[in-house]
Order: sequence, then C-alpha cells, then structure tokens
Amino acid sequence: MTGNPSLSLDLVSDVRQLVAFPFMVNALEAGTIVAVLAAIVGWYMVLRRQSFAGHTLAVMAFPGAAGAALAGLPTALGYYVACGAAALAMGGRSRPTMRGYRTETATIGTVQTVGLAAGYLFLSLNTEVLSGFETLLFGTFLGVTQNHVLVLLAVAVVALAALALVARPLLFATLDRDVAEASGVPAGALDVGFLLILSVAVAATSQVTGALLVFALLVAPPAAAQAITVRPLPGLVLSVAFGLVIVWLGLGVAYFSPYPVGFWTTAFAFGLYVVVRVGVFVGRGGARAAWTTRRGGWVVASPRAGS
Amino acid sequence: MNDALPATTFPAAAPPRPATPGPAVSVSQVAVRLGGKEVFTGVELTVGRGEFLAVLGPNGAGKSTLMKAILGLVPLAAGTISVLGRPPTQSRPSVGYLPQRRGFDGGTRVRGVDLVRLGLDGTRWGIPVGISNPARERRRAERRRVREVIELVDAAAYAHRAIGELSGGEQQRLLIAQALVRRPELLILDEPLDGLDLPNQATVAALLRRICVEEGVSVLLVAHDVNPLLPYLDRVIYLAAGRAVAGRVKEVITTRNLSSLYGSPIEVLRTGDGRMVVIGQPEAPHVHSHRHERPD
Repeated sequence: MTGNPSLSLDLVSDVRQLVAFPFMVNALEAGTIVAVLAAIVGWYMVLRRQSFAGHTLAVMAFPGAAGAALAGLPTALGYYVACGAAALAMGGRSRPTMRGYRTETATIGTVQTVGLAAGYLFLSLNTEVLSGFETLLFGTFLGVTQNHVLVLLAVAVVALAALALVARPLLFATLDRDVAEASGVPAGALDVGFLLILSVAVAATSQVTGALLVFALLVAPPAAAQAITVRPLPGLVLSVAFGLVIVWLGLGVAYFSPYPVGFWTTAFAFGLYVVVRVGVFVGRGGARAAWTTRRGGWVVASPRAGS
Repeated sequence: MNDALPATTFPAAAPPRPATPGPAVSVSQVAVRLGGKEVFTGVELTVGRGEFLAVLGPNGAGKSTLMKAILGLVPLAAGTISVLGRPPTQSRPSVGYLPQRRGFDGGTRVRGVDLVRLGLDGTRWGIPVGISNPARERRRAERRRVREVIELVDAAAYAHRAIGELSGGEQQRLLIAQALVRRPELLILDEPLDGLDLPNQATVAALLRRICVEEGVSVLLVAHDVNPLLPYLDRVIYLAAGRAVAGRVKEVITTRNLSSLYGSPIEVLRTGDGRMVVIGQPEAPHVHSHRHERPD
C-alpha cells in the first residue's frame, strides 16, 4: 500500500485518507451493498433457523470459485452458479418450521461435504498457482472494481425485490406453516424460493468477506437485532444498521492496520453480538431467569405461568 | 402491491348471520380412504348455525382426517360434504382453522400481535407501501380489527410480547384470535385443549363457547378428552372403529354407548352439582409441548 496511512485524532483527515484511493471507495461501496442485502435476508434466515443451510451455501462459494478458475470463467459467476445449485439441491429437502422442526440437516451436511471435496479437487487440478486462495476463503477488499460494484448493486436490488414480493407469505409460512398452507400460501415453493434468495445474498457477500466469513454479515446483525426487538420492521432496520456499522468499521480499521479485513469485520460482528446479548441479559434482570430449564441450565423452575 | 385482492378483504362490522344459507357443515355418507386403508365410512354429521360441536373418539379413529375432509384437504372415497352451503374448497375464506400443534418454542422472536395480523394479510404478496387514502384507511381498519379480536380473546395484556415467551394457554388464545380475525362463519379446531394444563383447558373451552354465542360463529372441534368441554357443548359426535354416533350430549355420552364404542368399560358419572364426568376413557398418548424441553 502506498503512502502508509496512519490514524490520527482528526476524524476528517482519517476519512479523507480512507477515500483517497479508488479501490477503497469501491470496497466501501461494495461493503455497504452487501451489508444491507445480508442484513435483510439474514433476518429471515435467523427467524427460519436456517443458519446451517446458510453456512453450507457460503461454503459452496469455495468450489464455485475454484471451479470457475479452473474453467477460466469469472470467479463471481462461479459463486452464483454453485450457491444456486446447492440451494436447489437442498431446497426440496429442508422443511423448516417453528415448532417440532425436523430440518433435513443430514442432507445439508452431505451437500456441504461434497461441495468442499469438489472445491479441493478443482484446486488440485488447477496447475497454475491459485493466488487468490486465501482471498477466496477469507475475503479481500483490494480487488473490488467499479464493475463489481455495479453487478453487486444489480444483484442486491433483484434479490431484495424478490424478498419484498414474498415478504408476508414467507413470514406466515415460517411461523405458522400449517395454517399458512391451509390459507393457500405455497409454503413448499417459498422454501425453495427463499433458499435461492439466500444463495444470491451469500454469493454476493462472499465476494467481500470471503466464503468462510460470510456469517459476520449474515447472522450477527439480524441475531443481535432480534435479541433486542421482536417487532419485524424495527428489527430489520436495526439489522441493517448493525451490518453497516460492522462493514464500515471493519474496512476502516483494516485500512489503517496490518491485519486483514476479514478478521476485523468478524471481530466487530462478534463484539457487537456479545455486547447486545449481555446488554439484553442485564436489561432484563436476567441473572435469575437465565438458568431456567428452558435455556438448558441447571436451575429448577422458571417463574412464568404454567403452560 | 396487489393489496386490493377481494378475497383478503373483510366486512367492517360483523355481518348479520348467517351470511350464506343452510347449515354450517353437512356431511352425508362420507367415507375416506388413506393409503388404501379405510379410515371411516358412512359418517353423517350436521353442524347447525351457531352450534358448538365436538368430534370425540380414541386416537386413530380419523377425527383429524374428518376435519381435513371438511376443509377440503383430503379427497372423499364416497359421500358429499357441504360447508356453508358450498363445496369445502369454495368456502375456505369463511372458515377459520386451527390445526393440531405444539407450542412455539422459547426462541421465537415474533409478537403475538404480528401473528394475529398474519391471519389477515399473511397471504398477500408484496409489502404494504400504498400511501393513498384508501390504502391507509384500510391499514387502519386492519389494525383496528386485530386489536378487536385480541380483546375478544382477552389477550391484550401480552399480545405485544414475543410469542415464544408466552404460556401454552396464552399462545392458544392468540392463535384462536388469528383464526377469528377474518370473521369466519365457521371455526374448526383440532385438539385446541391438547398440551394445556387443567385451568387453561377450562378457560379456553369457555372462551370458545363465548365466541360461539357472542360472534355467532359455528364451532367444530376435535378432542380426545371430553370432560373440560362437557359444560359447553351443544352436541357431540363420537368416531370409533370406523363408525360414528352423533347426538345431544346427554343422549350420546352414556355408559353403554361409550363402552361399546371404545370396546372397553367406560363409566359416565354425575357429580353432586349435576355435571357429567367420563371415567375410564382410554387417554390418548399425550403429546407434550416442546417448549419446556431442554434444548439438546
């Protein structure tokens, strides 16, 4: 990096340094786009208890990118194709519901393993030294071009529009599947549809955070938001705000520090989640309530009314 | 987007009942086969307007299947079913349905009021963004209806808390509100008292009776334990061993009838204050709510 940036107490000068180079501006734009996308799609994912499916889709970015590199195609294309294919493979098998849910975790786990193995195979078949291997897994903000940003923006707009279209039936089917189906909501089609939206969000986010660190943006912001509020709209707004804070802080601090951006975004996401959980715990006077049977603790009874 | 679907609108005030002619449910000589096995045959049943009727019987007798047939979710092998004077599939918008269920687990981070609201607009595509006066007026009317129905089931005190934090009885009241929010003419409930403790069984049974009387809604429910319902029922229908016996509570619930239906000795006793109690009824294996289990 040219001109060794250094942090000062002058915030204006810090920001000016931050946006001095086009690559950094691109990275901030890309990060902002995926933060919004991941926070909103992730809100549904956390509510639907599909974090494992989300993680599997994220891992699929690895074989996708390795395969694309092997075939001489753009890496981004590999991300979308592999994630979409995995979503379809899992789509018919996962049936998340709020009560007594028996998500097909075995199917998801199998898909994940096959994907990882395929990725490793593609890597070993590739005779050229794959320079971006680490980038693939742990993300970068150096290689983001203006084109990338435009593609990300288009993808995010399409994914969010699709999610807006199904927003209420999807929420209904998530919370109350039997009643939703009896009222005519196509819950099975929505399962597959949501996994496809999720795969797009994951593929887009992977390009900034890397395949393994997608969760910094996909899980932490919505999980923290849902711990704070049970209202849908404020929850979504809060989730987006958390996502933006994590990305901007992560990119900003990484710019001035020798450590990678993936580490910083994940560290901020984790820190935020911990602070929120502790804050909610203390706020509810939770020391007494926390170790009740419901949370899997040791103590005896919860003070709530009988079932 | 298509916020103005006629199927999702609801009358601003309770309509004079009945809105459609004929009995609420009319089941005639119905047989259902599932997977080649006959579940029941020759079932006759009529639910009059504003009646409160329970389908009773041992597990596996086909009570839930009969409800699904009435909702048009299972094909009939023989006979006809008419709901609110129409075929079951056409009458669905006027029927509230509460399936057999376990509770929401403690981690469900959605408010009861949002759940009730989904009963009203959960089938609509798109997000409500209309800023025209009719659109805003409609949203206000919907919020009013949600408040109204929550007050009807006495759930106002906890409707704004996360549904997962509520007790089974409180959850059940909110789910009943959800089933009522579109002003159905018929309410079908599958084991609404299952998984509730005794005081809650009594209050939910009383609530259903009150809805039946005050709102003029015909109520048809499935139960395996008749005792909490006995004070409130108009009529019962017993399903056992593939056949059905229907009639007034006092005619059907007798020691001789029940013992013959269940094929095991059952006694119907009268308490000092004239209430009936059924003793020796083979209890269905109790399905416990997952809410109180430790997470693995």
